[in-house]
Amino acid sequence: MPLQVKRLLLVFAVFIGIMLGLKYFLTPDSWREYGPYRGNALKEIVNQVPKFVQMEDCAACHDSIAEIKSQGEHNPLQCEICHGPGYRHIDDETVKMEIPKGNAVCMRCHTKNAASPSGIIKQIDAVEHSEGEDCINCHNPHQPWL
Amino acid sequence: MAIDKENFSRREFLKHAGSFAGGVVFVSLINPFKFVFATKEPKGTGKWYGVAIDIEKCIGCGSCARACKVENDVINEPFFFRNWVEQYTITNDEQILVSSPNGGIDGFKQPVPEEEIYKTFFVPKMCNHCAKSPCTQVCPVGASFESPEGLALVDITYCIGCGYCVQACPYGCRYIDPTKGTVDKCTLCYHRLQQGLDPACMMACPTGARIYGDLNDKESALYAFIKEHNCAVLKPQLNTSSKLYYNDLSQEVH
Repeated sequence: MPLQVKRLLLVFAVFIGIMLGLKYFLTPDSWREYGPYRGNALKEIVNQVPKFVQMEDCAACHDSIAEIKSQGEHNPLQCEICHGPGYRHIDDETVKMEIPKGNAVCMRCHTKNAASPSGIIKQIDAVEHSEGEDCINCHNPHQPWL
Repeated sequence: MAIDKENFSRREFLKHAGSFAGGVVFVSLINPFKFVFATKEPKGTGKWYGVAIDIEKCIGCGSCARACKVENDVINEPFFFRNWVEQYTITNDEQILVSSPNGGIDGFKQPVPEEEIYKTFFVPKMCNHCAKSPCTQVCPVGASFESPEGLALVDITYCIGCGYCVQACPYGCRYIDPTKGTVDKCTLCYHRLQQGLDPACMMACPTGARIYGDLNDKESALYAFIKEHNCAVLKPQLNTSSKLYYNDLSQEVH
């Protein structure tokens, strides 16, 4: 074999060695556990703490309100749609849930808008309907109609 | 090893060329063209998540977008959304107006008077969790990937924030989180799913317009919904195999 080919082969061998070394040290532990990505990334995403608890967890303590709500039209709604996430309140009851004030929370869903399909929920023009009066003066939000 | 031009006859050349071409044809027969999947091709076992949205039921309250921001610590400013709601208004003179003020969180106002409206509806948008996702294919560091459940996820410890995936997503479902310098997107609340909870947006929807489920499970609510309704996906021409099915989707939606 000519000398220049031997030298070239040596250079190639050195480079391939460096690349293999880099690959060994730089590849993350769980690479290709499921595919061309870090398998541990899935476990890290799962570790995120859920902030919304479930309606049953609310009803465990607030059973009287849950009872009222279960008889009204707001029955299928999750408590946390209006009251915000409950993960802190469940561990520590001194952390209070949101108690919505004013009409804004009601009007999120009940504002009259042509884009909103008819017959799904009752929608009103706030000014026309109550002339700016608070919704809760007439309606109990946990059981809007009796 | 120079080519021996003297002894390389036409007959030899044709023989070699013919055998090479024959070999290529033979290999392509035993290993035919397959669709490109970013990860493994779905095999029909295990979970394979999909989402359906019923436009006939969406009232545009923005509860989904609000719940998502809270659950996933999305920056509470406009332009950063994992899911959002758009209001489409088509006027009588064939203008298409799309608005999404703060992703629908602050509520909607109808931009045109009612007598000029031809058609108007809400379209909730979120990650399509495509089976052939363009976003995961362009990631140069393997930080964007499809989980075995068919969800497009991001490994934020390896994301370098280059933004290729943000450009690659045809649905605009990714954004760069300026506080972390990495990309962020809908995970279909993977952490909640793995703990047996519903994703935050599904939980928050007051009218049940959002459905998710396992497409491999023939008994699932999602499977029944797709069967009973005439569903369509966004931008089917891009061949992304989107798994976000809309009932009653108008052609104007893009």
